Amino acid sequence: MWWRSPSFILDKQQSDTVPHQRKPPDTLAHPLPSPLPFSMEDTLQNPNPQNNISAYYQTRAAHHAVVTGDWLAQAQAAIGQDPDDFPDSTAATVAGKPFSVIDEFNSWRKQPELAEAVAAIRALAAVIRNCQATTMMELEIELKKASDSLKSWDTTSISLTAGCDLFMRYVTRTSALEYEDFDSAKSRLIERAEKFGEISCKARRIIAMLSQDFIFDGCTILVHGFSRVVFEVLKTAAQSKKLFRVFCTEGRPDRSGLRLSNELAKLDVPVKLLIDSAVAYTMDEVDMVFVGADGVVESGGIINMMGTFQIALVAHSMNKPVYVAAESYKFARLYPLDQKDMVPALCPIDFGVPIPSKVEVETSARDYTPPQYLTLLFTDLGVLTPSVVSDELIQLYL
Amino acid sequence: MDARRSTTAVPRVRQVGFFTPNAPPAQPSRTHSFPVDSSSPPLSNSPASNSLSPVMIPPPRHLSDNLAHRATSPLPVPEPSAFRRPIRSHHVAVVGSYNPTESLLGSSPPLASPSSRVIGDGEFSEESTAGWFRRSNSAKFASSFSGGFDLTSIKSSETGGFHQVKKPVVAQPKEEKSGAAAVVEPQINSSSSTKPLKEKTTKAERRALQEAQRAAKAAAKDMTVSVGVSTCKPVKQQPAQKKDAPPPASSIAVSDRKGGERSTEKERRKDIPAPRMQFDDKSRVEKAKKRAVVNQSEARNRVELFRHLPQYEHGTQLPDLVSKFFQLDPMHPAVYKVGLQYLAGDISGGNARCIAMLQAFQEVIKDYSTPPEKSLTRDLTAKISSFVSFFTECRPLSMSMGNTIRFLKSRIAKLPLTVSESEAKASLCADIDRFINEKIVLADKVIIQHAVTKIMNGDVLLTYGSSCVVEMILLYAHELGKQFHVVIVDSRPKLKGQALLRRLVGKGLSCTYTHINAVSYIMHEVTRVFLGSSSVLSNGTVYSRVGTACVAMVAHAFHVPVLICCEAYKFHERVLLDSICSNELGDPDAISKVPGRMDINYLDDLTNKDNLQLLNLMYDATPSEYVSMIITDYGMIPPTSVPVIVREYGREYLWI
Repeated sequence: MWWRSPSFILDKQQSDTVPHQRKPPDTLAHPLPSPLPFSMEDTLQNPNPQNNISAYYQTRAAHHAVVTGDWLAQAQAAIGQDPDDFPDSTAATVAGKPFSVIDEFNSWRKQPELAEAVAAIRALAAVIRNCQATTMMELEIELKKASDSLKSWDTTSISLTAGCDLFMRYVTRTSALEYEDFDSAKSRLIERAEKFGEISCKARRIIAMLSQDFIFDGCTILVHGFSRVVFEVLKTAAQSKKLFRVFCTEGRPDRSGLRLSNELAKLDVPVKLLIDSAVAYTMDEVDMVFVGADGVVESGGIINMMGTFQIALVAHSMNKPVYVAAESYKFARLYPLDQKDMVPALCPIDFGVPIPSKVEVETSARDYTPPQYLTLLFTDLGVLTPSVVSDELIQLYL
Repeated sequence: MDARRSTTAVPRVRQVGFFTPNAPPAQPSRTHSFPVDSSSPPLSNSPASNSLSPVMIPPPRHLSDNLAHRATSPLPVPEPSAFRRPIRSHHVAVVGSYNPTESLLGSSPPLASPSSRVIGDGEFSEESTAGWFRRSNSAKFASSFSGGFDLTSIKSSETGGFHQVKKPVVAQPKEEKSGAAAVVEPQINSSSSTKPLKEKTTKAERRALQEAQRAAKAAAKDMTVSVGVSTCKPVKQQPAQKKDAPPPASSIAVSDRKGGERSTEKERRKDIPAPRMQFDDKSRVEKAKKRAVVNQSEARNRVELFRHLPQYEHGTQLPDLVSKFFQLDPMHPAVYKVGLQYLAGDISGGNARCIAMLQAFQEVIKDYSTPPEKSLTRDLTAKISSFVSFFTECRPLSMSMGNTIRFLKSRIAKLPLTVSESEAKASLCADIDRFINEKIVLADKVIIQHAVTKIMNGDVLLTYGSSCVVEMILLYAHELGKQFHVVIVDSRPKLKGQALLRRLVGKGLSCTYTHINAVSYIMHEVTRVFLGSSSVLSNGTVYSRVGTACVAMVAHAFHVPVLICCEAYKFHERVLLDSICSNELGDPDAISKVPGRMDINYLDDLTNKDNLQLLNLMYDATPSEYVSMIITDYGMIPPTSVPVIVREYGREYLWI
């Protein structure tokens, strides 16, 4: 059919440019360019100029992925990775260099426990703090610039964009502008920014508490990949002496499911590891499906790592509930109509064997799960049905 | 409708679907329970018998009509439609599990059980302010007892008193039905179909029973209710008249009596927004006729299922109205002009109609001067209302126009008392300008900006009919240099898509033109469906040009996303489940005749046949599950979020 041809051509173009990227990274090291303390203009570009590899998924892979043989050790060492990749941004600012929001963001981002959106929020709060502006207007413009540069730094990350937007909404939509005195207005903004950062940090705890009512003794939970908030949910359930078992999918390509099974085993939760294609086979034993989300979109559907959609489909057809745990800073004003209607986020896939150059590889890192396949969303705003997401977004942005 | 609720047994129900108007129901076993009472009072007693005018709308086909008809013609005509399941014995005890009053009605005075239902019904119709849910029957029920008491007293009274008040309520519907020898059970839900009940007693027994009840109730009614007597009286005459009267007269009599009751009911409802006019409601139609400027003649063969909608002969009013131009002094020429344009079909499309109306009102306001001894707020509102009813006569208002009028009236009502007349006029004109700009022109621009993000290179976009906002989207996407193909689906009789096609092809877009018959063939090549809409309702239902639902359904079946483009001022808080309750009927000739084809003239001499009903529907309702996304000026939202917009937006445009 002729209308399909453009996408085919596009795929081909990408496959022509990708090959050198596709070879699997042999270590956990980021192929990010080392962001030396240069000025904002330089950092405005995406670390991956050809926009093929998603920085967001690289970070995820760095934090949670299991790619090499001695992954157990690496998972332990994941914290504080790559010290030379990220020069200390505080040192940069101390040295009198211009403050860069990207550096600030990157320094926050290195912490695996900190979500990317929260890192962005903290970076933006630092922008307000370091701002040399003398009027509110200047401050707002500077904040806007910083948020735009953050957003353009990685367009594939939904939570980064959503977090920046939310921060701008939350911080600037305040009575601060009424203050006569600029300094008090600025301190009010900082206070608000810090409060917002705090709320975002607590979100995971709130979600874990909310979801406890849904985990009953003796249930079997299927999880997909590694999601920090899902892990928090399961950890809280295990700590409150609930008896349940967990099926972990492997979570190819970054195999983050292995990491989750490892963490759960440490908590003495019975856990079983599945390959991604065994989901339908085990679904009849499963009582509920728990997934995280990279982004929650306007329709109430979610964008999450590859494979979520098919798990949701299988669960839906077997009448199993699909629960999504997602912090509210992941709510984005996006509305994908189908799987291809998103900014492509690609990630390299290691097949273990060399792939002939004539064979195309689907390298998309995420898929879109429409709302009709989701049962409930656990967010820090409460337990929501998918259709409420849009209501919340409308009230937030309009 | 399932077999249990077979419509033939129901005297009040509007018969569903297409059927031959005078065909009596084939229920031979039923005849014995309907003896024709020749001793009934003569027809001249009927208050309505002289009100039968040549322009009278033919009455709805109640069972009573059919039965009376049957009494004279012994030949039973076969059942015209399959679902009217015939022939159940009247001695069948239980009709349905949800029909508990039947035995009560048959054997004992039906006081307790059905009364609660009637109350429920009454409250419902009271609460459903828009009158949207109400079809004629529930309305009649509500009116038939509402004359007797006011609801507040019921709500406040104790159970004992409550019961006492209820009595007449129960009796009335029962009485009026009994003449027609069928008992209608009042329903909880207010859909039009009342449930059939099988009589177990003979006619005489029931009459005796009713007389006793009536006597018992008369006292109670007089005490509790002041109006009770007046509403009760015609009821007493009614049953007898009905039997002998020729079909039209009898049911008109019924409706006239209801008119009397309705007037008292009207006072009770003053604070509630007027329900949509139901055109099978004789009394209101008559009243509307008196006020009417446009001399509409009723269509001869009205489509049965759509009797509640206005069905007029098309093409007759325009010359008449034109000739009357100088006699209508209260009508502002701008309003008159726009009304004529509506009538002639020169202005069509939701936005165009809305803007034309607003601009006419702007003219009105500019030329307006408050008469002495009157306040601008009230007098202007009344004037606007009269113009609106003129517009309604020319063509039924769309829901978006209703929203607009509501906006304008709220602006007038909110004018401060201190403001001078010229200032008030200026502020109203500015408000109208701002409404047009913000809610229509700018909204369209925002919609275009949003929609364009959903058009990719290589897409095949399908659209149906001609929607101005979809056209703007396509043109803008083309301007941006996107490579896409457009499929325009069209349908008879308006063929609006051809005009769109001409404009698009003129701008250099690559287009395919097809009729709706081929939509299932073309759909598998399509990647997006863009549709316009006349209105979006609170449950996500899209109310749009007829055929839209079909296109959306096919797209849904092919997993093609359906995007509805609609400005937020067209959102309405009502809920629509089907396209029957609210619709507009077009000219039936338009579908019976094919212009320019002399060989297709099969219907040429048939249009006035009694057993032919031509249905030219203008709108249909697309259920929300077929809609992937609604693009509005507030962004791209799922159909489930329409109520949020209605809530937020409704608040906004009151203090705009």
